[in-house]
Amino acid sequence: MNGTAYGLVAEFDSPAAVLRAAEKVRDAGYRRWDVFSPFPVHGLDKVMGFKNSLVGWFALVFGGATFIGCMLMIWYMNGYDYPILTGGKPMFSPPQALVPSYILLVLMSAVGAFVGMIVLNRFPRLYHPLFKHNRFALVSRDKFFLVIETSDPKFSETETRVLLESAGSTHIELAME
Amino acid sequence: MVESTNQLKALVAPMELRRGPQAPYQRGLGGLTDHLTAMPEGKTPLWWWILFLPAAFCAAVVLPSMLTYLISTGVGVWGNNVPVAWGWDIINFVWWVGVAHAGTLISAMLFLTRQHWRAAIGRAAEAMTVFAVMCAGLYPAVHVGRVWFAWWLFPIPLTTGMWPQFRSPLMWDVFAVNTYLIVSSLFWYMGLIPDLALLRDRAKTRVRKFLYGLFALGWTGSARQWHHYEKAYLVLSGLATLLVFTVSSIVGMDFATSQLAGWHETIFPFYFVAGAVFCGFGMVLVLLIPLRKWCHLEDIITLRHIDRVCKMTLMMGCVMGYIYVMEYFIAWYSGSPYDAWVFGHRLFGHYYWFGGWIMIGVNALLPQLFWLKKVRQNLPLIFIIAVLINIGMWFERFTIIVGSLYQDFLPSSWHPFYPTWVDACTFLGTLGVFFTMYLLFVRFLPMIAVSEVKAITPQADPHHPLGGAKGGHP
Repeated sequence: MNGTAYGLVAEFDSPAAVLRAAEKVRDAGYRRWDVFSPFPVHGLDKVMGFKNSLVGWFALVFGGATFIGCMLMIWYMNGYDYPILTGGKPMFSPPQALVPSYILLVLMSAVGAFVGMIVLNRFPRLYHPLFKHNRFALVSRDKFFLVIETSDPKFSETETRVLLESAGSTHIELAME
Repeated sequence: MVESTNQLKALVAPMELRRGPQAPYQRGLGGLTDHLTAMPEGKTPLWWWILFLPAAFCAAVVLPSMLTYLISTGVGVWGNNVPVAWGWDIINFVWWVGVAHAGTLISAMLFLTRQHWRAAIGRAAEAMTVFAVMCAGLYPAVHVGRVWFAWWLFPIPLTTGMWPQFRSPLMWDVFAVNTYLIVSSLFWYMGLIPDLALLRDRAKTRVRKFLYGLFALGWTGSARQWHHYEKAYLVLSGLATLLVFTVSSIVGMDFATSQLAGWHETIFPFYFVAGAVFCGFGMVLVLLIPLRKWCHLEDIITLRHIDRVCKMTLMMGCVMGYIYVMEYFIAWYSGSPYDAWVFGHRLFGHYYWFGGWIMIGVNALLPQLFWLKKVRQNLPLIFIIAVLINIGMWFERFTIIVGSLYQDFLPSSWHPFYPTWVDACTFLGTLGVFFTMYLLFVRFLPMIAVSEVKAITPQADPHHPLGGAKGGHP
């Protein structure tokens, strides 16, 4: 094999097996590793110690800024720059501007959540070393993979392999960069 | 210890009260994947061509010619005229927006309320939303008359120095419909990403691998990706749920803020939301009952799913009945002779008396058949009822719009409304657009959310023996 190694790819047959393996890998003190599965596995977030995703903040900031911006825009357009008197109502009042501002809040919050997901996952990233790995295509079908990267300070090809074998992996292989 | 185990046993529900599996689990995850990707990966079936060719003709030939005729000649080619200045254009607009709503309700609201069974039909319903909103949005855009000035609706600096008038619900419509289109498309596309990756991983040809891979954005299914993805999906569901209640409310306000008898009612926003969801459930049934058979999805979209959608249709039918009764009560109780006139003429009027009877008969009374379990399991009958519900809801909009406009306050301005062939062909064209898009979706994308359906199988539960748990109880 040519090139540098990316990491050790261990295959598992069930979500419970990969969850148990993830616990072992975490307890062994590895840092640069990830689990790949065809659907989100319950309890994995906790094992891997993920904090609350920042996606919600993206939605809040996008939506909030749009709501305030839209209120100001309507005040500027209908109340200040070109005032239109309709039915003796005030030139600008918050209830009058609420509906379009609210609708745009929903729009931009949704865009924010989507953008947040894209940015936090660093999408679009059309290349990944694992795509070259033969068996990895099964990840979207029914297999579960635990990958420990070679860049992990604790990585050692023999010891890591022993750990993954003891965790019950059915197939372990080194993936190239 | 023995005692506590016995106590626990006593707590386990008897067999007949236990829930069945949310998704079939005889096949295992791999078999399920093969089954659900069979349609996008297999050969094009004959039924698909038989439906697609006429639909594509309507979408690619009929609609563009009608729009060209309309724009080059003027809105007069439709039957719209004073006093009925809103005709089939607005009827069809409201109808299409209504069709869209059930999709969002199923995909977003049932997600928030953790109704796991929705996984099997959520994608198909959400696609219905996206395509129906496209058809809906077309009507207001072309009915403004001078289409080339439609961009004045957006707050863009003009040399005239004028701005849109933000007090008008018609203005709110512009924002609401565009928002609905963008948010539901985002929600639909985001749900598709893991399944596009699945199709990429299974692709046999380079073209398929490239195209599915491009739109899958590089999804690998890593725990970190799922972590952000699930959060974004939750936030988007919450926001899409808000739209279920707002978009049709705003459409309702287009009517309610006018002074016209039959339109000027406080119940209208709620009325339009309920009618929209009701009509949409009808369309969900119309689409899913044939598709589950033709695409061999009988054990994914089971009779239990159909049963539940029927029950929700029944509930919305009862809400429609309540609203109809309330409208008549308020028309009488308000003491306004104009209201009494309009509502009396809905049932016993000069021209459009049939609209009121269709409205009450089909929308409020016909769904009552769904109280019977035998009806909820009879697929041909459900299909017929669902088609009738869509027709009934179309006539409801006809009755509200034309029935209220054609005889308003001044008898001197009364005039009946007759649609033209252009009206009919334009509607046919939008139906063609909808079914063309839907058939393309069914053919090239997974119409069942594969990753979501897998996630609700016992094999996906790490605490279930089928999911590999040791010593767990089934």
